[in-house]
Amino acid sequence: MLNPNGKILLEVRGLTATVAGYEILKGIDLTVHAGEVHAIMGPNGSGKSTFAKVLAGHPAYTVVSGEVRFEGKNLFDMSAEERARAGLFLGFQYPIEIPGVSNPGFMRLAYNTVQAARGGEELDPLEFDEFVREKMKLLEIDPSFLERSVNEGFSGGEKKRNEILQMAILEPKLSILDETDSGLDIDALRVVAAGVNRLLTPENACVLVTHYQRLLNYIVPDYVHVMEGGRIIKTGDRALALELENRGYDWVVDEYRARNRVVA
Amino acid sequence: MSTVLDKLVNRPYQHGFRTEIEAETAPKGLNEDIIRLISTKKSEPEWLLEFRLNAYRHWLTMQEPTWPNVKYPKIDFQDIIYYSAPKPKKLKSMDEVDPELLRTFEKLGVPMNERAALAGVAVDVIFDSVSVATTYKKKLADVGIIFCSISEAVRDHPELVRKYLGSVVPTGDNYYAALNSAVFTDGSFCYIPKGVKCPMELSTYFRINTESSGQFERTLIIAEEGASVSYLEGCTAPKFDTNQLHAAVVELVALDNAKIKYSTVQNWYAGDENGVGGIYNFVTKRGLCKGVNSHISWTQVETGSAITWKYPSCVLLGDNSMGEFYSVALTNHHQQADTGTKMIHIGRNTKSTIVSKGISAGYSNNSYRGLVKIGPRADGARNYSQCDSMLIGSKCGANTFPYIQAQNATAKVEHEATTSKIGEDQLFYFQSRGIGTEEAVSMIINGFCKDVFQQLPMEFAVEATKLLGLKLEGSVG
Repeated sequence: MLNPNGKILLEVRGLTATVAGYEILKGIDLTVHAGEVHAIMGPNGSGKSTFAKVLAGHPAYTVVSGEVRFEGKNLFDMSAEERARAGLFLGFQYPIEIPGVSNPGFMRLAYNTVQAARGGEELDPLEFDEFVREKMKLLEIDPSFLERSVNEGFSGGEKKRNEILQMAILEPKLSILDETDSGLDIDALRVVAAGVNRLLTPENACVLVTHYQRLLNYIVPDYVHVMEGGRIIKTGDRALALELENRGYDWVVDEYRARNRVVA
Repeated sequence: MSTVLDKLVNRPYQHGFRTEIEAETAPKGLNEDIIRLISTKKSEPEWLLEFRLNAYRHWLTMQEPTWPNVKYPKIDFQDIIYYSAPKPKKLKSMDEVDPELLRTFEKLGVPMNERAALAGVAVDVIFDSVSVATTYKKKLADVGIIFCSISEAVRDHPELVRKYLGSVVPTGDNYYAALNSAVFTDGSFCYIPKGVKCPMELSTYFRINTESSGQFERTLIIAEEGASVSYLEGCTAPKFDTNQLHAAVVELVALDNAKIKYSTVQNWYAGDENGVGGIYNFVTKRGLCKGVNSHISWTQVETGSAITWKYPSCVLLGDNSMGEFYSVALTNHHQQADTGTKMIHIGRNTKSTIVSKGISAGYSNNSYRGLVKIGPRADGARNYSQCDSMLIGSKCGANTFPYIQAQNATAKVEHEATTSKIGEDQLFYFQSRGIGTEEAVSMIINGFCKDVFQQLPMEFAVEATKLLGLKLEGSVG
């Protein structure tokens, strides 16, 4: 843990959400302090990605009940872009291609918009070029990314790297990385993980949504949560991730059911 | 999200105001007497009156075309005013221009004097059919370029006008071209002499001002051997309820090794969000690559008009001549556009490129219609066409009608087409990076149109980018 006295960044209480009438999130509780790394694991369809998208404000999802506070402010009072400006970042599982829109132009607009909201200084194209090249060097990203349209024709790994680059540029307080490891070979995984580690400070925090414990060999979490059926059913430390790797998810689910039967 | 998009799409037309300038107006309706009146008012020579009367008589025998993919109530050609002009004034400088007119330009964001000075653009202002001011004329005259209204050209250079008028678009070419040939009131004339490269972009701003006055501009541009010119045309009109017919004819002639680049940004009143009112834009634009190695390039950004019917074309007569068509057509609300190009390959080794980007929003309908024709003599002819459509929302339509006629086995013709949609997920990606919906839409659209905008002269490209942003701040869903 980078900051044992970190203030609360994110507080989720009893969050339920639906998509197209189906309830996907069924009451989530989660608290994230500055300086922490959380991993959310779980089988396919457990609601991990939905949780990430709901926090970022995806319009397809409807929040039914519960409360989410980001640095004390009601997150659901903010539009998706306001959340981003306030320092929330979503690294997408499948970053979308935007043909014809230049990657640096897009990133500069994002940077300047976020800077303007924070009272920071905006950069002109030349200054931004210098700034972004510095970040790219740090993250071992090929300069050719600056010649291309946003994600257009990018391989899966390139898209993920481009997400991490955006994270580096926007310097969010809370980064939610949705399956950032999926589709990466081991070398790409190492590079992406190293990038994330470099960006972690005692003042920010990271929530990793992942299927596999593999990523957690490189980015060491302080907490590991298991999500199933739209709820967090178990929380532990890094050892839990290793146990999940060995034993799968079924035992956690069984345990949870048994516990709830007793409670009920 | 759709509410945000709806709001953007439903923004009212910002250029909807009209200028109070006293107009001298002919009675409504069309007959030979009206044509004689126009000709007399403009002190025209006999041959031009004959040209008009021939066109009119031909027009009477023709039928309104029904093949375009657009719907509108039948036009009553007797309910249109064919002549209207501001009171004649002699203007020596910009200071003498009616201040009301200057204010109009300022409202449009086109401060003419400033613009001319800053951008080095000579502006030949067409205002209600009569040119009221021409700038930079002297500078152009120094290199032998003639840039004036077509009326002045008829008066001062009758031999040139007589030689070329109707040589690319004959009087009987089509219904609206015939009508234009009969009743055109003004327009621009440009002549670039042999070997001269025009030192600046030539620009004309059109504006329709008098309610129910049909506009029938006639533009004629001639580039002699080795000459080159870049011509800009921009339009915007005030907001009226009655439909206004606009049937312009533009003719370009490029001789050996000459180059003409013709760029248009069109933002005429498109009607309100229910499709009431708006301009009918039925235009015939055609360029003749008459000489060897000649080159004609059309670039258009069409955002206005209730109905657009327009096919800027190139007739590639000279060997090795080249034709280009770059187009962005944006429709919103109930707008209808049927636009595209014709590339007629006649000479050997002729080349043509077509890049068309159609954007439909609201309830609009946007069609690309293009003809690539390779004649029997056109050995080694090549064409590349790319037609992309983007849909915003689910109530609009996009169509592509490519026609290819090849009569020469050595020809190569390529056609590519795509259709895409601005989706929730694209917009969310921008939002999740702090970028608002309006800016996101504008950025996506500008990215989509990049290949066309790159063809526009710098200052025009900036204007076009802003215009599309403005237009879509009311048309995305």
